Amino acid sequence: MISEEQLLLETPLAAEHVALGAKMVPFAGWNMPVQYKEGILAEHQHTRTAVSLFDICHMGEFRLKGKGSAELLDRALARSVADQKEGSCRYNFLLNDQGGTIDDLIVYRISAEEFFIVVNASRREIDFKTLSGRLGKDVVLSDESDCTAKLDLQGPLSAEVLIRLGIPQDMLPKYYHFTKVNLFGTNVLLSRTGYTGELGFELYFDASLAVDFWRGILADAAVKPAGLGARDTLRLEMGYPLYGHELNEMTTPVEAGFGAMLKIDSSDRVFSGSAALRGRVPEKQLVGLVLEGRRAAREGTPVLLEGKKVGAVTSGTFAPSLGVAVAMAYVDADSAGSRSFSLDLQKVVIQAENVPVPFYKKGTARKN
Amino acid sequence: MAKYYLKTHEWAKVEGDEATIGISSYAAKELGDITYVELPKEGADVIVGDAIGVVESVKAASDVYSPLSGTVIAINRNLDDDPGIVSNSPEEKGWICKLENIDLDEIEDLLTEEDYHKFLKTL
Repeated sequence: MISEEQLLLETPLAAEHVALGAKMVPFAGWNMPVQYKEGILAEHQHTRTAVSLFDICHMGEFRLKGKGSAELLDRALARSVADQKEGSCRYNFLLNDQGGTIDDLIVYRISAEEFFIVVNASRREIDFKTLSGRLGKDVVLSDESDCTAKLDLQGPLSAEVLIRLGIPQDMLPKYYHFTKVNLFGTNVLLSRTGYTGELGFELYFDASLAVDFWRGILADAAVKPAGLGARDTLRLEMGYPLYGHELNEMTTPVEAGFGAMLKIDSSDRVFSGSAALRGRVPEKQLVGLVLEGRRAAREGTPVLLEGKKVGAVTSGTFAPSLGVAVAMAYVDADSAGSRSFSLDLQKVVIQAENVPVPFYKKGTARKN
Repeated sequence: MAKYYLKTHEWAKVEGDEATIGISSYAAKELGDITYVELPKEGADVIVGDAIGVVESVKAASDVYSPLSGTVIAINRNLDDDPGIVSNSPEEKGWICKLENIDLDEIEDLLTEEDYHKFLKTL
């Protein structure tokens, strides 16, 4: 008999999580910690007030190298790459021919012709296949996911922790940039990026050292482990999209609120999906909702305007830092300007206010 | 005073013809941090098996089923502002409501504390 757990992939840290008393759940085909002993609310608070360590080894990492890489990648992704500075990170989108989103990802420019691309765990295969097809045989795209560990260190105390672990302060990267540092005697790609809204870093290094790094960082008294449950409440408070919820193949980044970032109207840059994207009139728009009270509206909850269904919730949760529930939802484009909506929770209808994200406004991510 | 349980993880502390109702430690632990509790209405008449409330956590929501028939005479309003009390003290301070005029015949359909803990071992 093969249990469901055995069909799931595991990061090198699975046994560490179990030893720490984590509750393990399936996520995108991986056996992952949703929380540790203290629980999601405590892990969320600790991230916003101190510093937490997340196992993010399940995400995918590709390396692109070769003459012409910059121009080819520039044409393959929705935002420009050719003008991206070395040492910088840029949030970007891989679109299909209809302008829909295959994935959201981050591009790291290592050098003029070398890029490191970080993708969602659930989209790794399709991203690799799509990019390979678009980039062609004159450049080399390799999937380094299996040999790359990723840990997210997030929270206002994260920089201090890295300094205590031996990284000189002047080697810490600026916001949305990266550096190569030495930690525990090994080369680490260290970026000042994250999914929590707090000052934080993402560490990429050889997967064979995952356990040593995990234990070495947790040895710092300020650091506590945090799981995917807190990762979700933290990102939702910031209004960050999660692929499969706010982004999918039927949805364009413009509908998700990234039209200005893509410079769709002000630039005539050509990329995969650009013609379709420029030709499409957005049918729906992503809105941020603050609910009356603590009761959460989950994915799929109908959104009503004057009694009529105009959309549905894509993500919703009780927001620990706010004390009320928040949600993101797609509504018909012509309803998106409405100041409030109703949410049909079947047994009860709850009022919600339409607000610009982030819901949580005290995040320390850009702090100097 | 005697404590009884349902297989759906509610408990009833019976004193005379009154009962205090809540969810068990097992249920609270399974749900994780409680973020919201929907309480029944004071004065409501309840039939055994009715969903009298909801307990929500970050990741899940669960209906609370009444172990007994009776009338709601008190609800734990502390849970409105601090639903975490259910997480911290599900079988004491985290009580959800009190019933009066309970149907004493229904008690024999409930699990004793000992039988409930035996049941938990099978899960």
